[in-house]
Amino acid sequence: MNSLILRVAARYLAAILLVFSIYMLFRGHNEPGGGFIGGLIGATGFILYAVACGTKEARATLMVEPQSIAMAGLAAALISAFASAIFGDAPFTGQWLFIGATDESKGIPLSTVLVFDIGVYLVVFGAILTLVFAMEEEI
Amino acid sequence: MAAGHDEAKGNGFVGWLPVVLSAGIFAFFLRFLPQIAAGETLRTAFAWAPSLGVELSFLVDGLSLTFALLISGIGTFVLLYSNSYLAGHPQYGRFALYLFSFMLSMLGLVLSDNLIGLFVFWELTTLTSYLLIGFDNESPKSRRSALQALLLTGAGGLAMLAGLILLGAVGGSFEISQLVPQAEAIKGDALYLPILILILAGTFTKSAQVPFHFWLPNAMAAPTPVSAFLHSATMVKAGVYLMARLHPVLSGTDVWFWTLTIFGAVTAVFTSFLSLRQDDLKQALAYSTLMALGTLTMLLAPSSGYAITAFATFLVVHSLYKAALFLIVGCVDHGTGTRDADLLGGLARAMPFTAFAAALAGLSMAGLPPFIGYIGKELIYANTITAGDAATFVTFMALAANALMFAVAGVVALRPFWGKKGETPLKPHEASWAMLAGPIVLALLGLAFGLMPLWAEVNFTTPTVAAILGDASKAKHLHLWAGVNTELMLSLATFAIGFILLLAYTPVRRLLERADAATPSFDNGWDNILNGLYKAAKWQTRILQSGNLQRYLFTIFATFVIAVGGTMILKGAVNLGVAIDEANSPRHWPELVLIIVAALVTATSRSRMLAVAALGVQGIGVALIFISFGAPDVAITQLLVETLVVVLVAVAMLSLPFLDERGKNDHRPKDMVLAVLMGVVVSFVLIGVLQGHLDLRLTEYFEKTAAPEAFGRNIVNVILVDFRAIDTFGEIAVIVVAALSAYALLRTTDNSRDRDEEEEELQ
Repeated sequence: MNSLILRVAARYLAAILLVFSIYMLFRGHNEPGGGFIGGLIGATGFILYAVACGTKEARATLMVEPQSIAMAGLAAALISAFASAIFGDAPFTGQWLFIGATDESKGIPLSTVLVFDIGVYLVVFGAILTLVFAMEEEI
Repeated sequence: MAAGHDEAKGNGFVGWLPVVLSAGIFAFFLRFLPQIAAGETLRTAFAWAPSLGVELSFLVDGLSLTFALLISGIGTFVLLYSNSYLAGHPQYGRFALYLFSFMLSMLGLVLSDNLIGLFVFWELTTLTSYLLIGFDNESPKSRRSALQALLLTGAGGLAMLAGLILLGAVGGSFEISQLVPQAEAIKGDALYLPILILILAGTFTKSAQVPFHFWLPNAMAAPTPVSAFLHSATMVKAGVYLMARLHPVLSGTDVWFWTLTIFGAVTAVFTSFLSLRQDDLKQALAYSTLMALGTLTMLLAPSSGYAITAFATFLVVHSLYKAALFLIVGCVDHGTGTRDADLLGGLARAMPFTAFAAALAGLSMAGLPPFIGYIGKELIYANTITAGDAATFVTFMALAANALMFAVAGVVALRPFWGKKGETPLKPHEASWAMLAGPIVLALLGLAFGLMPLWAEVNFTTPTVAAILGDASKAKHLHLWAGVNTELMLSLATFAIGFILLLAYTPVRRLLERADAATPSFDNGWDNILNGLYKAAKWQTRILQSGNLQRYLFTIFATFVIAVGGTMILKGAVNLGVAIDEANSPRHWPELVLIIVAALVTATSRSRMLAVAALGVQGIGVALIFISFGAPDVAITQLLVETLVVVLVAVAMLSLPFLDERGKNDHRPKDMVLAVLMGVVVSFVLIGVLQGHLDLRLTEYFEKTAAPEAFGRNIVNVILVDFRAIDTFGEIAVIVVAALSAYALLRTTDNSRDRDEEEEELQ
């Protein structure tokens, strides 16, 4: 699509959507959101960018092949699943670490569950972009 | 036999390893012999799938030990033999692996005490025999034979599995040893007949009873003779074995007695005729194996001491002489280049050791004293004349089969070696010691058992009878001379008829050939069945897989409407009695109007783009409803997915033609009717679901535990990433696979187009 307005707007919109998607990813454990929704939003941002500026430029901006992103997500999920083995738990048992926890606040929670959710994010993001880029290039 | 291999090179390590291993297995089982002969039984079990009652449990008693010794002992000789027979064959390693796996599966089968474990080993023998029969995979004939054996015994095996499961359910256990005390209850159960029919379907196909007999001779025609030999000599007895193993559980009813008697007797006589008719020595032996299998089946029909002793004896008799003779025919084939009975003759001078072994094995097969074959035959007659109602029938059938066997033994074991010298393709030469070891030892064993019947009785037949009848005292004695009695008279009659058949061999065979040509061929019948199946498959493929996407979707949705809607109407589940309050409330009207209008636009629009966009609007309407019911997660996902679907479909649409103008081929009215029906059915299903009592235990559990155990307040996300993370992992794996497959698919078409363009440019 050859529209200057769309091209300029798309850059900003894509960036905003990406940031928003990551925000959705991290808030997911307590509020609506999560890896799946975050991945969808992120992919939408990049698709907008690809529609406006062409897949070639979108691929260049992404730097990594989308299918590699999906595979990396799967790997992250797998690692989070078996990280619990170090602590002698069954696979997929969540392991939590609260940094700076006090009586009033939980502190910053870090967990294998979060790694798993990031894996889901990357899978959804990578898989959808793989598909859309391939289809757009096909046409 | 596969040509083009270097015999001088041998097979080295790969050739000898299986021989040593199987000899070790034989020695291992031999150690149990004194214990089993003393009347003990040994059992060992490993848990496998305990929740299903499936164990790897092994039982060593007289029956299984006799089989195990036959399998591992003859297996050792066959492996030794094939190492020489297929010396230097490029794929010998593979062959030895198949053969050895087959042996192990067979051992597992006869030792298994668990019905399910037994079935697994049973199917493993089916698979490994498929690999063995089809070993020469470049020959269409051996491929066909292998497939035929696989399909036939595989189908029988599946029927048997159903029977075994029913048996386990009725008897309350899958362990055969625990089913035996339940025998009376099982026989009285209404499911007894189905169980019997299903299990016998498995055993009859496996042990090639008429009318399933044709696969076995075909399997013998496989060009790798040793595999076929092994199969025939010891291994197709799997079916017979299972009938013997389940004899204490299932026998004793009229239907058991008459089914086994009739199938066994008909198989024995019918295949003896076929056996005498063959020119090919191996084929003749293959058909005579069927005779033995028929006889063994017939002997398992009653539960008398004579019958089971005869079974145990004839089992050993047949295994010894048949394995020896098959190996001998292989030696003859190897040494002369042919197996044609008409071309062979006077080989004794050139192949003295082979001739010696053949004579011993042949005399045992013919049932002459002092061989174990004679004792076996006497016992068969002793059983048939005491068979009550069936006595006349089975005695006559046994006499006919035995006399024919006498003649076949003469044709196979004597004619090639004595008399007039034949014209053979190769100059006859003696086989190597490795090939002769098996036939000579096995043939001598046949003589030794005959001369020392007490030894065979103590070690094999009595423990086997004890295992089948549960009572060692019912076992009969084995002896060469029992005085002048009916059995002796019948034996003499057998020899007389057999001798006459042998003298009149040429005219008899011509007569049989004519009769055989006049009877319909089972093998052709099999082909017709398969062809019919292919035709039916093609016909239904043409109807269901038309290649038209629209028709596929129409079929799928129409099936859904008919199956689900029809069931609801038939079961009277359509109920509008309870009003859905929530949906009637006015605050949902805007969304409903939006959805309905968008649906109408989708259905009537001429432009694909508009239709897709309207479809998206419809999805957004649904998302709004989700929001109003307090499910923001679902609503966000719905919104995003709708957006992406519109984008994806829009991209795909660019390469599609415009919609048809309304005309003759307009499928929209039809589709619209279907769509409305689909909506009605789904609505009724949902209303039905909502009217039922919703089990909220899981919801409550997650609500209670999400925050304390998984440190999250968003239950949906906590379930996804914590409580049911392994499911989510499976789903994202599917997403990745789907994306990569779609990518590969799009790339392939893309590349092919590039290639076409390149070719055009080159031109």
